[in-house]
Amino acid sequence: MFDIVSFFPRAVMQGVPLLFGGTGEIITEKSGNLNLGIPGIMYVGGICGVIGAFLYEQSAAELNSFLAVAIPTLSCLLGSLLMGLLYCFLTVTLRANQNVTGLAMTTFGIGIGNFFGGSLIKLTDAEVPSIALSATSKVFSKSLPFADNLGWFGKMFLSYGFLAYSAVIIALITAYVIKKTRVGLNLRAVGESPATADAAGINVNKYKYIATCVGSMIAGLGGLYYVMDYACGVWSNDAFGDRGWLAIALVIFSIWRPNLAIIASILFGGLYIVYLYIPAGTQLYMMELYKMLPYLVTIIVLVVVSMRKKRENEPPAALGLAYFREER
Amino acid sequence: MNNNSKEPLFHIVKRGTLPWYKAWGIRLLAVVIALIVCAIVTMTVTGENPIQVYATMIDSSFGSERKVWILAQNTAMLLGVSLAVTPAFRMKFWNIGGEGQILAGCLAAAACMICLADTVPNGLLIVISAVASIIAGAIWGGIPAFFKAKWNTNETLFTLMMNYVATQLVAFFVIIWEVPKGAGQIGIINQSTQIGWLPQIGGNKYMLNVIIILVLTVAVYIYLNYSKHGYELSVVGESERTARYVGIKVEKVIIRTMLLSGAICGIVGFLLVSGTDHTLSTSLSGGRGFTAVMISWLAKFNPIIMIFASMLLAFLDKGASAISTNFGLNHSFSDILTGIILFFIIGCEFFISYKLSFRKSAGKEAAENV
Repeated sequence: MFDIVSFFPRAVMQGVPLLFGGTGEIITEKSGNLNLGIPGIMYVGGICGVIGAFLYEQSAAELNSFLAVAIPTLSCLLGSLLMGLLYCFLTVTLRANQNVTGLAMTTFGIGIGNFFGGSLIKLTDAEVPSIALSATSKVFSKSLPFADNLGWFGKMFLSYGFLAYSAVIIALITAYVIKKTRVGLNLRAVGESPATADAAGINVNKYKYIATCVGSMIAGLGGLYYVMDYACGVWSNDAFGDRGWLAIALVIFSIWRPNLAIIASILFGGLYIVYLYIPAGTQLYMMELYKMLPYLVTIIVLVVVSMRKKRENEPPAALGLAYFREER
Repeated sequence: MNNNSKEPLFHIVKRGTLPWYKAWGIRLLAVVIALIVCAIVTMTVTGENPIQVYATMIDSSFGSERKVWILAQNTAMLLGVSLAVTPAFRMKFWNIGGEGQILAGCLAAAACMICLADTVPNGLLIVISAVASIIAGAIWGGIPAFFKAKWNTNETLFTLMMNYVATQLVAFFVIIWEVPKGAGQIGIINQSTQIGWLPQIGGNKYMLNVIIILVLTVAVYIYLNYSKHGYELSVVGESERTARYVGIKVEKVIIRTMLLSGAICGIVGFLLVSGTDHTLSTSLSGGRGFTAVMISWLAKFNPIIMIFASMLLAFLDKGASAISTNFGLNHSFSDILTGIILFFIIGCEFFISYKLSFRKSAGKEAAENV
């Protein structure tokens, strides 16, 4: 029988990195930047967290749980901020093509992740090709203290590390800011029609820079969550896989709404692992077809949204275009 | 100082068209600077002197006849995919699904080689699998194009998703056809009989591939620059409204161009399976679909320049992996170097289309103060 109590938490844990990536990309896309470098940024976020944690674990004899969280988180944010700045410098200041820049960033970011990951693995002289930071990971994945006493409810809703909850909170805050505040209105204006926004006295480049950098930092946290919580502090090269691209798919799936993205990310997480729960018996090859599901569902949503042509469901009108004031 | 109105230090002006030699001069300069930066990065990581590092890189690609052929093969495959995505890009259709279209081609070719191995003569089988690959690639490219033409569905994201659908489809068939059962891989198809393998010309495994791709390059060049189709897709790319106004059927052009784009990817898939690798796996396309996007863009969608751009990237990849092996770094180092070089080339485009004009008075004041 399908076991929802064990399935749901796993779906959530798969979904959280996607939610971080998706929320980050939504903020970015709202400013008109289609950042295809998100997969690379998430790798960089992950590896920077690992490096921070690694150095701290090496240097400190006794792990202070506050520092054990703060150091990796800060280094993760710093790493992804740098990636975001690089993207902005190229696409906003130098007005380069966003698709090409994004793809180059992905190559670069994955390269950075695997290179430093590989080098750290070498440093530790481990026999297996991975780094285990179990002490740091324990702090990251500490669940709420009363989760165990609440039976299925605790297991389904309270058993996650703090980053999972912050993902939901960040998504909710983002939804609020975009929808209800002045800043959000300006941001949407920049994404829909930068020339109009400029004429209204909004500093277009500033909004693009800030939105993209904040977006990158949030996306980077997704990489950090994956390593520290989901993978129990074990970094192995290429383990993160194609989740970055799924995060971009999530943006479309949730039609550019962070609050929808929360539910959608859990659904995506579920689709990502559903093949483990469908009894395949001897027909192992069917599993490969089930793994297709998240992508197929995204395509269907993409098509349906474009067919319905509702204004509020469309991507930002100036998505993917560089803005130059003197251009008509 | 007495001037109260604040004038920024410089402002950005759009340039007219630069003469081609100046534009390419800027790009070349960017590559040179990028290589210097790469050398510095490599030096800090390995501690070797940069000249030796570059010697290693050059040796890995040009050191022996075999190495040159491998470089030629890698260049040809990259070039093939770049040629495929170029017509779509000229139309401003962002096809980043090259990966999936190649895999569709690979899958079709492998299917023909496995299922028809003993039923038809060898020559016919090769033709059938070539045609099947082309059709498979075209279908994979055509699906997003159909929705783009009909409902203006975002093609970047659609083609991206199609990559993963193709990957899983290949994974599915790999398990069905795996040899031996449970191995999780197919191995060399028809190893003993060599049925369905492309013949070797001049005793070299790669020669035929290289020739086919070169012919294709010329064909695409002519198609883009001297045919009615090529003209139409450029017009659609520049302005859809203009295209409609002059009576071009935009929907038809979009679908037709993407069928072509997918078909060329299919050919590359066919060459990979029948020509060189003789196997099927999800990693067969090896990220070429994404690299091709960058190559095509770097070459400004010009097929002839693409030859050099793909050679540069193939060389970098090979060279950087040689550095990694020689100096005990891991292979991902090549991705970092490739990334750095790409950033420089991407960035330098700015200086081709815009120029910085500095504040005049500031210069004068500075001169007076001295």
